Amino acid sequence: MSGRTLFEKVWDAHIVHRHPEGPVLLYVDLHLVHEVTSPQAFDGLRMAGRRVRRPDLTVATVDHNVPTDDRALPIADEVSRRQVEALVANAEEFGIELFDLHSPRQGIVHVIGPELGLTTPGSVIVCGDSHTSTHGAFGALAFGIGTSEVEHVLATQTLVASRPRTMEVRFDGLPGYGIGPKDLILALIGRIGTAGGTGHVIEYTGEAIRALSMEGRMTVCNMSIEAGARAGMIAPDETTLEYLRGRPRAPRGRDWERAVQRWLPLTTDSDATYDTTVHIDATAIAPQVTWGTNPGMVTEIGGRVPDPDDFASEADRRAVERALAYMDLKPGTPLEGLAVNRVFVGSCTNARIEDLREAARVVEGRRVSNHVRAMVVPGSMQVKAQAEREGLDRIFTAAGFEWRNAGCSMCLGMNPDILQPGERCASTSNRNFEGRQGRGGRTHLMSPAMAAAAAIEGCLVDVRRLGRTEDSGLRTEWTTRPSVLSPQS
Amino acid sequence: MDYSALSPQSSVVNVFMKPFTSHTGRVAALPRANVDTDQIIPKQFLKRVERTGFGRYLFYDWRLLPDGSENPAFELNQPNAAGASILLAGANFGCGSSREHAPWALSEYGFRAILAESFADIFFNNCVQNGILPVRLTAAEMADLFARVTAARGPYELTVDLEQETITDNAGFRARFTLDPYLRTKLLQGLDEIGLTLMQEEQIGRFERRRAAILAGVEP
Repeated sequence: MSGRTLFEKVWDAHIVHRHPEGPVLLYVDLHLVHEVTSPQAFDGLRMAGRRVRRPDLTVATVDHNVPTDDRALPIADEVSRRQVEALVANAEEFGIELFDLHSPRQGIVHVIGPELGLTTPGSVIVCGDSHTSTHGAFGALAFGIGTSEVEHVLATQTLVASRPRTMEVRFDGLPGYGIGPKDLILALIGRIGTAGGTGHVIEYTGEAIRALSMEGRMTVCNMSIEAGARAGMIAPDETTLEYLRGRPRAPRGRDWERAVQRWLPLTTDSDATYDTTVHIDATAIAPQVTWGTNPGMVTEIGGRVPDPDDFASEADRRAVERALAYMDLKPGTPLEGLAVNRVFVGSCTNARIEDLREAARVVEGRRVSNHVRAMVVPGSMQVKAQAEREGLDRIFTAAGFEWRNAGCSMCLGMNPDILQPGERCASTSNRNFEGRQGRGGRTHLMSPAMAAAAAIEGCLVDVRRLGRTEDSGLRTEWTTRPSVLSPQS
Repeated sequence: MDYSALSPQSSVVNVFMKPFTSHTGRVAALPRANVDTDQIIPKQFLKRVERTGFGRYLFYDWRLLPDGSENPAFELNQPNAAGASILLAGANFGCGSSREHAPWALSEYGFRAILAESFADIFFNNCVQNGILPVRLTAAEMADLFARVTAARGPYELTVDLEQETITDNAGFRARFTLDPYLRTKLLQGLDEIGLTLMQEEQIGRFERRRAAILAGVEP
């Protein structure tokens, strides 16, 4: 028997039943639920007189449309309030644990899962949210599903699924000073496009991935969906164990020892093969910034807005023309120096403690540019509390940033945090679609360090220019090779 | 496979899903690549707790101008697209967010089938869950269809036949497609997947007992 990939090991271990026509019934170890994609699923259960099969494997939180300002006030938006109240009532009725608006553990569903130690290697994890791919950083098979599938998982703890293909994305070498996980994943999407991973589960491998912290790995896996992939995975190692050990819901004592024995063999066998392989030279990656209206429309900060005529296909030319019109950009314009009005540090991609530290390191002792409104929205109330213990909140507020409560916030603008028409935003989120952050708003995706630098300079800028010789480095993630941490210029 | 024979009750039929066998209808063309679900149904309309009421918000920011009037330049507002039930779309249609509100909005607006060179994975599944048939055609076939819509003097019609797995018009166009056999059966019979899965109760129970034994260290 030839070897198996990490994905195949996890997939095979969760097959409950093979359907005669091809798909399998896949067991779900953890089902995460939030307020936007669940109310219709709970209604369906009620109408059919069905129960939640495994409330003990189901965890809910409110994140998408919660306000990030004063939590003591009722939610001003009537419809948002109804949706949050519906989840509270459904969790109560069906016996599901809920981290509500007033819980010290509330936060973005993909931030609190790992934080609580609920996300573990080898698990199948689903949620009615495309960024469920985040949890693949632990060697879990984690993917987003629709509301009908949410109802199916609630009722049966399983999902009907056809086996995806496998893709290896290997990052060779270590990136230089000022380059982080967001740059790796944006560079990949720029290379393969937003449909490059369609039908595939990506496994990220290579020296740059091994050197990443768990939070960095989560940033990479989070945006797998932006490459069109069903999921992204990274094999568990010592870094994974170190992160999980002692988390509130992680196994303890003898259970921990047994779990580690199950987890560590979850690697791709040396004689296994992938359906597709992509190699990227991580040493050649510069800070990335998007210029268009999907995450594949991306280039390095030193680059220029492309010319539609440079694209081979008619469809691409039209798409680029449309994107440039929406973004109000002219071909050939250098990205560096492009003025921004708003800066958003947040989202399930980049609102963990390391992201906030990275942004704070750039911001410390500086002031947000006069014409910029900047905000930091921590990914969870635990991240917020940790940042406040470290004094990061004071660094941000002293510089002129708004310091908010946890939620999805301006990543998708379901709560009051939105862009006004024509505003240009440097954002650490994951989607630069038309209108994503508010109708007519223009989004440029980048790393937390780059977004922080844009806030200070009032325009897109190469964060490496803001490095200081006394800094220990802009990044904490590349800890395995300290030499890359010293500024080159 | 005929699932209706498996259960004496009607519990395997999905009340939300009209079975799809064959459909003839007017075509609307949206020749744009990478249309994301944020465009199909913008976030401000995701706050409803019902499955209905989304149709009027379909492609909201494209279909309507900021003052609420119809945008005359938008493809779906062309007179020939009025009442369309088949959508021709660009590659990677439905990318981005997993929101099932997107197929709910498309369905309520009147679309029964979407033809494109490729679809995003989650959106594709969500369509089938709601009785919308997503059909993958080749780039050449899609280009041919877009050209036929443009060349038609008036409204252009297609027939999408899931039993035969063919797309035809009355002027000589004919293309074959294939859908995963399981999904095809599900659409043809309008099946309730939960009802079907619950018939596997014994296997789910057995899997759960083994899973518990592994977690407890009783089984390797």
